[in-house]
Amino acid sequence: MADTGVAEALLRQIEKVDGGADSLELANSLGVDHQVVVGAVKSLQALGDVISAELRSSKHWELTEEGTEIAEQGSHEARVFGSIPPEGLPQAELMVESIQDQVRETLLLVQRGRSTQLEEKEKNELKKRKLLSEVTVKSYWITKDSSFSTTVSKQETELTPEMIATGSWKEKKFKPYNFEAMGVAPDCGHLHPLMKVRTQFRQIFLEMGFTEMPTNNFIESSFWNFDSLFQPQQHPARDQHDTFFLSEPELAHQFPWDYLERVKRVHSQGGYGSQGYKYDWKLEEAQKNILRTHTTAVSARMLYKLAQQETFSPVKYFSIDRVFRNETLDATHLAEFHQIEGVVADYGMTLGDLMGVLHQFFTKLGITKLRFKPAYNPYTEPSMEVFSYHEGLKRWVEVGNSGVFRPEMLLPMGLPEDVSVIAWGLSLERPTMIKYGINNIRELVGHKVNLQMVYDSPLCRLDS
Amino acid sequence: MPTVGVKRDLLFKALGKTYSDEEFDELCFEFGLELDEITSEKEIISREQGNSKASSASDVILYKIDVPANRYDLLCLEGLARGLQVFKNKLDAPRYRRVSPVSGDRQRLIITKETAAVRPHAVAAVLRNITFTQERYDSFIELQEKLHQNICRKRSLVAIGTHDLDTISGPFTFTAKRPGDISFRPLNQTKEYTATQLMSLYKTDSHLKHYLPIIEDKPVYPIIYDSNGVVLSMPPIINGDHSKISLQTKNVFIECTATDLTKAKIVLDMMVTMFSEYSDFLSFFSESAESIAQLLTRMCLLSQTTGDELEVEIPPTRPDVIHACDIMEDAAVAYGFNNITRTIPRTYTVANQLPLNKLTELLRQDLAAAGFTEALNFALCSQEDIADKLGKRISETGAVHISNPKTADFQVARTTLLPGLLKTIAANRKMPLPLKLFEISDVVLKDQNKDSTFFPGRCAEIFVCGKSVGRLGVLHPDVISHFELTMPCSALEMDIEPFL
Repeated sequence: MADTGVAEALLRQIEKVDGGADSLELANSLGVDHQVVVGAVKSLQALGDVISAELRSSKHWELTEEGTEIAEQGSHEARVFGSIPPEGLPQAELMVESIQDQVRETLLLVQRGRSTQLEEKEKNELKKRKLLSEVTVKSYWITKDSSFSTTVSKQETELTPEMIATGSWKEKKFKPYNFEAMGVAPDCGHLHPLMKVRTQFRQIFLEMGFTEMPTNNFIESSFWNFDSLFQPQQHPARDQHDTFFLSEPELAHQFPWDYLERVKRVHSQGGYGSQGYKYDWKLEEAQKNILRTHTTAVSARMLYKLAQQETFSPVKYFSIDRVFRNETLDATHLAEFHQIEGVVADYGMTLGDLMGVLHQFFTKLGITKLRFKPAYNPYTEPSMEVFSYHEGLKRWVEVGNSGVFRPEMLLPMGLPEDVSVIAWGLSLERPTMIKYGINNIRELVGHKVNLQMVYDSPLCRLDS
Repeated sequence: MPTVGVKRDLLFKALGKTYSDEEFDELCFEFGLELDEITSEKEIISREQGNSKASSASDVILYKIDVPANRYDLLCLEGLARGLQVFKNKLDAPRYRRVSPVSGDRQRLIITKETAAVRPHAVAAVLRNITFTQERYDSFIELQEKLHQNICRKRSLVAIGTHDLDTISGPFTFTAKRPGDISFRPLNQTKEYTATQLMSLYKTDSHLKHYLPIIEDKPVYPIIYDSNGVVLSMPPIINGDHSKISLQTKNVFIECTATDLTKAKIVLDMMVTMFSEYSDFLSFFSESAESIAQLLTRMCLLSQTTGDELEVEIPPTRPDVIHACDIMEDAAVAYGFNNITRTIPRTYTVANQLPLNKLTELLRQDLAAAGFTEALNFALCSQEDIADKLGKRISETGAVHISNPKTADFQVARTTLLPGLLKTIAANRKMPLPLKLFEISDVVLKDQNKDSTFFPGRCAEIFVCGKSVGRLGVLHPDVISHFELTMPCSALEMDIEPFL
């Protein structure tokens, strides 16, 4: 604390007077600069209710630099007069024989602190001549307060081991915290908000008994991405506009050929109780390598693998990974995003079961009000869009897509006839953007993301 | 999803009921449609071209309704209204029957073998005793356009031509001729043009120029004549002016030429069934049925029970029904998805994490604890990003390349995570130092083991003293074809410098 000496001297002065004292006068009597007194007042105030200081302002007249010069040496006119030699001067139509240096006398009065003896008019004129200036002085009117004492006790900032050991903390006063000040940010690392949400969704699936599918392949053949899912080869989604095709390596060559033949047949001729699409199915089309448009391609691979088992066992699979769409980009759409997918395969699964699983899943996200709408996907029938009621927007919003895989997809794989497979999916980015209040997807994903957003993003709690 | 624009009041008139916007929205939800937008012609023009151009436009309310991509029977007002009427039990599910003409023989369309080179298939039908109003006429034209854009894949798979039967006379011939040999007066023109001239004429037509490439380079162009040599149409480009339809037309000849016969039949069925209600020759049958049969009937799938089984008649308006599961979905829609009781499956499974992801999650936590911040970068980037900027040649990287990337940012899939992190730092220059970043994610590398030059399993790398000096093997069939060879071929290639 600055200069306890001054502070204590101040306190002693205050003790002596009745009422209070002006800080300017105190500065004078203590023989210190007013600013030092102000400093002492401030630090005394920080101690609590030792003194009470009321800010006052007063005006008084002060000589400017020029004014001071004139007070000492006489006004300019007088000096001119004074410098005329006794011999006289040609230009000496000096109107006067002698002068009285009015200006100097007025200024001297002010200098001696007797400005009140002067009239306003005189003062203002001198002000115009820039010889006087009116100065506002701020001072404090200091009075005793409830905890007044003449000693300044030093305030501690921290509790130290010595204080604990000696018990001296009992006698010490501790400086109160300034809750207005920001603390120093600790040095730490941060996880990306989208990945935090992914971790939570992963957790939800694991809690529900779902096994994670291997999705570490961004590249897929059109066969697994489209054909095995019973999506016809002329479907618009297989256009250049919607899918990224590879130029290098352009084609895939390894397929389970028996299965491929069955897929070809069900597309072009039908079978398994279906009429099929009745078009010419081409191998070259199925061979085209692409960046996968959905993780359902992996689900197809897994279901095919399941069908090759000796005996069927029910499964629950999930995946959360990146997919690619060659579509128009805007504030909520990028070429790359993450898809969340869940699949259940068992005997006699019904639409009611799908709705039940969806309810369980969404309840873990804190969403309990769901409605289902008939929809269309090439590979599911029936298909249902899932809607939930948004309390804030006061309307139903789409939260996912779901359905039962078509027999034309499952039966050529070799799955038993009475096994049905239900599945659902949603994007990872959308709930993340809602949770973290981000409106433009570019602020969430990619290299242009502001790292401060990552530093500041809070815990991900999906159920509240 | 295709969008159909219908005049709201016309739709309500066809439905026989006026709905509030909310009520109609609810009906759409139950049926599987979406009321996307409520607007008017005036509003649309105002939005696209400014208020001044819109002042004379109509402000009749339009509903823009999204329909599922596989429901071609809902692409026009007539189909929508019919589907919804039957769903709400206001109308019995129609049965469509082919009816012979009252007098005279049926019409014939003869297809010659020349068409095989360019557009092999055609189907045709006649709608008799039709009455057109301006609205019905507009709807008729609009449906053709919608079908062309959707199932016809912009006329490349199927093209529709509609003609006033009373201006032409059968039998009709669908053939293909050299462009120079075709001459006729096309729709809305005053003089005759040869097909070659038409190709140039329409190059500047904003609507038709997109269809020219379908036949442009073929040696012969498709053409349909009547028995007097009058040109009906040159599919898929333009119809003849002679046979064009007007509000006065009473009998319509519809032809669909195609490269896909199945789709041609579907398209023809749509055209005929949608507008058959305006013909005086359609009869409707109704049948009573029980529970599921009743539900299906509400979906235009006429059904009856025969013992334990259910017999369902699939109308021509529903080519999307190809398996019993499609019928089941319609039954569920009629029942109401939200009326189905939810159940929990009894499937017992134990969850397993993918080991790679499990390890990744553990590493992420500890990397963050060590003070690093996680970045999330794109998997697609420019060639420069993974090669030049890293001091490599692109051929050394083993990267996969995207064909037709829209911008340089989509040229390749990343082979390393480094460029992404460096770009993140560059975009965050203003952040206080130190910047400590990490990312754990997939990269894409060509399978180097699979040397695509050789036939898999029939090749080998040659090693001398532990160093690779070359490869040998049977060449891959693709390689053989690329060089216009036909016989299997083996090759060996070796670096001789190590032997110096």
